[in-house]
Amino acid sequence: MPKRTDIKKIMIIGSGPIVIGQGCEFDYSGSQAAKSLKEEGYEVVLVNSNPATIMTDPELADRTYIEPIVPDIVAKIIAKERPDALLPTLGGQTGLNTAVSLAEAGVLDEYGVELIGASLPVIKKAESRELFRAAMENIGLKVPVSGICRTMDDVREWGRKIAFPIIVRPAFTLGGQGGGVAYNMEDLEAIARVGLAASLKSEIMLEQSVLGWKEFELEVMRDTKDNCVIICSIENIDAMGVHTGDSITVAPAQTLTDLEYQNMRDASVAIMREIGVETGGSNVQFAVNPADGEMVVIEMNPRVSRSSALASKATGFPIAKIAAKLAVGYTLDEIPNDITRETMASFEPTIDYCVVKIPRFTFEKFPGAQDTLSTAMKSVGEAMSIGRTFKEALQKGLRSLETGMPGLGKEFSRKFRDPQDILASLRNPSSVRLYAVREAIIAGIGVEDIHAASHIDPWFIRQLAEIVGMEDKLRSFALADGLAPNNPHCADMLRQAKELGFSDRQLAALWKRSEFDIRNLRKDSGVTPTYYLVDTCAAEFEAYTPYFYSTYETGKEIAPSDGKKVVILGGGPNRIGQGIEFDYCCCHASYALKELGVESIMVNSNPETVSTDYDTSDRLYFEPLTLEDTLSIIEFEKPFGVIVQFGGQTPLNLAVPLLRAGVPILGTSPDSIDRAEDRERFQALLRKLGLRQPANGTAMSFEAARNIAAEIGYPVVVRPSYVLGGRAMEIVYDEESLASYFKVAAVASPEHPILVDKFLENAIEVDVDALSDGTDTYVAGIMEHIEEAGIHSGDSACVLPPHTLSPEVVREIERQTVALAAELGVVGLMNIQFALKDELVYILEVNPRASRTAPFVSKATGVPLAKLATRVMLGEKIKDLDPWSKRRRGYLAVKESVFPFNRFAGVDVLLGPEMRSTGEVMGLDVSFGLAFMKSQLAAGQRLPLSGTVFISVNDQDKQAVLPAVEILRDCGFTITATKGTAAFLSSHGVPAKTVLKVFEGRPHVVDMIKNREIDLVINTALGKTTVRDSMTIRQTTLLYNIPYTTTVAGAKAMAQAVKEMIASGLEVKSLQEYYA
Amino acid sequence: MKAILALEDGTCFPGRSFTGECFAGGEAIFNTGMSGYQEILTDPSYVGQMVAMTSPHIGNYGVNEQDVESSRIFVEAFIVKECCKTPSNWRSVSSLPDYLIRHGVAGIEGVDTRALTRHLRIHGAQRGVISTSDTDDPAKLVQKARELPAMEGSNLAGAVTPTQPYAWDGARPKPVTIRPDGGYDWPGPGPRVAVYDFGIKWNILRLLAAQGLDVLVVPASYDADRVKKLAPEAIFLSNGPGDPAALTEVVHAARVLADSYPTAGICLGHQILGLAFGGTTYKLKFGHHGCNHPVMDVRTGHIAITSQNHGFCVDLGGVDGFATTHVNLNDRTLEGFAHLKKPVIAIQHHPEASPGPHDSRYFFKEFREMLSKELGR
Repeated sequence: MPKRTDIKKIMIIGSGPIVIGQGCEFDYSGSQAAKSLKEEGYEVVLVNSNPATIMTDPELADRTYIEPIVPDIVAKIIAKERPDALLPTLGGQTGLNTAVSLAEAGVLDEYGVELIGASLPVIKKAESRELFRAAMENIGLKVPVSGICRTMDDVREWGRKIAFPIIVRPAFTLGGQGGGVAYNMEDLEAIARVGLAASLKSEIMLEQSVLGWKEFELEVMRDTKDNCVIICSIENIDAMGVHTGDSITVAPAQTLTDLEYQNMRDASVAIMREIGVETGGSNVQFAVNPADGEMVVIEMNPRVSRSSALASKATGFPIAKIAAKLAVGYTLDEIPNDITRETMASFEPTIDYCVVKIPRFTFEKFPGAQDTLSTAMKSVGEAMSIGRTFKEALQKGLRSLETGMPGLGKEFSRKFRDPQDILASLRNPSSVRLYAVREAIIAGIGVEDIHAASHIDPWFIRQLAEIVGMEDKLRSFALADGLAPNNPHCADMLRQAKELGFSDRQLAALWKRSEFDIRNLRKDSGVTPTYYLVDTCAAEFEAYTPYFYSTYETGKEIAPSDGKKVVILGGGPNRIGQGIEFDYCCCHASYALKELGVESIMVNSNPETVSTDYDTSDRLYFEPLTLEDTLSIIEFEKPFGVIVQFGGQTPLNLAVPLLRAGVPILGTSPDSIDRAEDRERFQALLRKLGLRQPANGTAMSFEAARNIAAEIGYPVVVRPSYVLGGRAMEIVYDEESLASYFKVAAVASPEHPILVDKFLENAIEVDVDALSDGTDTYVAGIMEHIEEAGIHSGDSACVLPPHTLSPEVVREIERQTVALAAELGVVGLMNIQFALKDELVYILEVNPRASRTAPFVSKATGVPLAKLATRVMLGEKIKDLDPWSKRRRGYLAVKESVFPFNRFAGVDVLLGPEMRSTGEVMGLDVSFGLAFMKSQLAAGQRLPLSGTVFISVNDQDKQAVLPAVEILRDCGFTITATKGTAAFLSSHGVPAKTVLKVFEGRPHVVDMIKNREIDLVINTALGKTTVRDSMTIRQTTLLYNIPYTTTVAGAKAMAQAVKEMIASGLEVKSLQEYYA
Repeated sequence: MKAILALEDGTCFPGRSFTGECFAGGEAIFNTGMSGYQEILTDPSYVGQMVAMTSPHIGNYGVNEQDVESSRIFVEAFIVKECCKTPSNWRSVSSLPDYLIRHGVAGIEGVDTRALTRHLRIHGAQRGVISTSDTDDPAKLVQKARELPAMEGSNLAGAVTPTQPYAWDGARPKPVTIRPDGGYDWPGPGPRVAVYDFGIKWNILRLLAAQGLDVLVVPASYDADRVKKLAPEAIFLSNGPGDPAALTEVVHAARVLADSYPTAGICLGHQILGLAFGGTTYKLKFGHHGCNHPVMDVRTGHIAITSQNHGFCVDLGGVDGFATTHVNLNDRTLEGFAHLKKPVIAIQHHPEASPGPHDSRYFFKEFREMLSKELGR
């Protein structure tokens, strides 16, 4: 069937900010869909609040709305754009939920918008547990015994009917959020209460536990002619009980017989038909009882998902792109398979390698959060790896994670804990469970016992045992035999180790040599990787897609390309501090190279990203971003240069070792990077330029730190040198806290000194992004932080252009930026953090590389920074590129950060110098208040326009918060406050009702929040005691999803936003209109 | 134990035997299925062939008692990247190495099966030998490969067809008695189908039986007269190995029978019917062996993902009276045809799957419906 001609304009809703459970995979799917629909001649209207996405690049759609993804705003866009159709299946759960709300509110009918891909009844049938269960029973498939609950009474009733343990699954939430496993009635009540609150529909399901069963997932596609294909099967190493997003998974499934697999395939196809997904991709999850093969259906998503992104990368089959084409009427046999060119999309990929996905966790960022894996997702990113065997892929995947592990083993100590402790670790899975399996194997615990404790299939345990067995073999070989290239046994040993995925670093540790010694020994022995293709067809057809992985086979399949080429090193798995923003820059580098006619070669290990779409670059190497793996590619390809400044800290850490290995690094020299990062050298630089820095010192011990602090005066900021994202950074107000910092957070040593800086209280922080060619510098964006200095720049909201800075200060910031760029010889991007206190400009930090804000600044100003930086790195001059002429003005852009606090029970939401946000949104409007309002809305905070505000601030904030409270009072808000704050406000002409603090008796403030008698919370805290006291308030606020701020500056911005919103309401405007 | 796969064009692939000392020869082919090795091993269509699996981990779920397609292993040798020695699956009763050893079939691992597959794709399927001896003299092994009989023109069906007719008891063959006059006392009430076994996969019999058909399996040596004496109501031609063009007598019998009875054929049976009605067959460069081939039923436009295992293809060009019913969407080769007037249908792929997707099982229903129409029951 040819494509539909009755629709011309199609709307795509994105997934908004990166949050746990919804990462950049939806940028990958959304941008693929947008490209593919435009290719077909459709007009594309795109909505996404996340500026760091490729999909919101203005070239990708005809109309790009960087607006909050909430039904009322999207309705306004629909009213304005009048699309013929809405494709709701590419923007994750956010996109789907928004589409459902619009359909249910009658907006789609009102404007004649057709839902394509999945209709409203289909979505509801798949998403509502009750309807889904009925549908499954209809086609004779089993689902776990379960009951739907909407009240706590329902919960108690079902709790008596289903045997414990019971799984609690909320409907309509992200990543199983608010779910859990209950082992008794008390657990059940606690978990169910949270689950009911988390569910958009206040609906949870209590389910028979299938804990310990094997978990599988199938990716299905269906077209309008009812043709169904399975793109990929995925098997979870972690059994049921660990959320799929947190599970280590393998493709294809490894432990199913054909009969079992085909039954699962039949079931998936039957489910597609029964649910009625007209077109596109869906995934279906199954659990299989390892004892008798009994299969039950867990759930299905009638949309592309995290797993479909993974399946696309694992097989080379672009699910989202094909899904978009199917949605407009094409059938699978009409869509060519790009990879083989001669065959069509109507087939099932077969793969001749093994793919492993490993989630990345950041529990260390959330003190108080438990490192235990359960049915609610907690990982913030993932790495994928490809090898010819599971063992090779697994070890590559473990080193791709960038947690410091070079593979399954690191120091190869033979020490192990008491077997009972090991078994306990296996029973309670955590982010390091695989290492516990290794330990168990070393401790001599049998495969069956490991399986009984961990529920990991024995096949996987034996694979791990083979790796562990190889450790012994390698160690004894080194003792007995000579490590020399002319020893044939040595070459053989190296090859065996490499086939099992051992890294040079692991061999170096085992053989007590340096990594480079091993590398040279290996190369001299002729043991080097070869690069094989990901081709969807196991080499049955000739493949044209330049998508490669390394393996230690002997065949030679590809040759390095000729011509001028540049390698771009990507950012690896997403984690806090390193996310989609850097991938955005890497993609843009690739696009710029294409424009310049230079071949682009991308190296990355993150399956969620656009950069690992085989369409993005001329060649894609899906590889770990380690020195060994990247150097092998570079030695194979021999590029003209390597770009390290776009992928964040990951490639930056490789810059110096690569340079030492003789690799040409493009742009700012690694020496300049070192000059900016090395404390001493940086100070010398600032002295030379006559620039100001907060007083500081470097301490090798607590005593030294105490002396420095005494000299420069408290408060001080303390942090270890060379860290990313403010790891272990803290503001301390007195010697006592300083001492406890040294006890708890960091150990100082000459190799790892602690930096001590004077903390500038109540300073305004300013972020600057600039582009330089070494001669000229373009100051691309000056961002004024909304929160005061001391909050990690990645966590604070900011506004561009600055709205309270004087022109003189702006000019001074620009002057200093230009001077720093020139002195450092920056070629490419640079980010500087300034602080303003008493009209004085201080420099906090200089990073001569792409920053987290580069995409935000690009979107806010219309100047594609990363693209221009790439051109500059290849020799073009800023004068000729003339970014000044491209700059757009006349509106404000507010960036707001999004936090995963609701995932980590018991973690305080107070912001600090340690970065904890997972994503960001942008609000665009003509005034600060409206832009801020949009940014809050986009970040999930709907600021109230009337009602009751609760205020509790510490003494030094009382004066400062007054103007904000006055505005809210003038807007008609009822003011309530704790005793001290209320007294202060009343004495300053703002009458406030007094509310009891939690320890003052009842009803107290938390009761009021729970009764929904409070609509907005302003709560600041300082010092350990008040922090503890007010934490309950913030936790409850979070749980009940009530808008809150923990800073005075935030309160001011909120008040202004509310005031402007009441006066004028919100309007929508596309990027193309802003740029016009 | 070190082993070598030597191909007739002189290319050698090193590997390790996981079945002890071995020597085997045959046509080297690759199969792209990711599961179902036990079904593949026991599929008689693979006689004379050494099968390399493109999927790297083979043997993971071991071997069980149910997933067999015949009474023994038919592949000449099995070539994998990595063979699992200790399987994990609740139905498993034996490991893959033990299974191969018990049947005296060679298995090698450690082979770069992707390089091998690319080689066969580019240079075509070819003869080869696998050996654990003479591994330091590959030239000798290449010579041995060249001395093997070629696949073209070889009547391998004759080698695997049974000597006696048999019935199907639901799980395995059941001996039958043919009356001295050549007749047969059909036990069941269902339509009586004479099934030619050229190397039939048991799942075909399972599915025919599931359609309520009364099945009598006959050897390839049965000519048309002998079959007619059995008084069947329909004819079914099975899959099987080798070159269909070498089966001249069978082709003749098929022509005669298809004129008188509703007839269906699968794979080799499809090729035989193609030849019987005046078409030709030709050898594919490296064959279709896998579980992911898209086949369109051109009558409905519906696409099935099919299980395939054939090295030869039918060309019906110039033959009147036939409609193409199925086409392979990868290379547009013929996948099925029907006689325009007579109740004769055939498909090239494997509706019985085992291994592979169940999408094409409707073929058995179609066959049953065709019989209902013809026989009135």
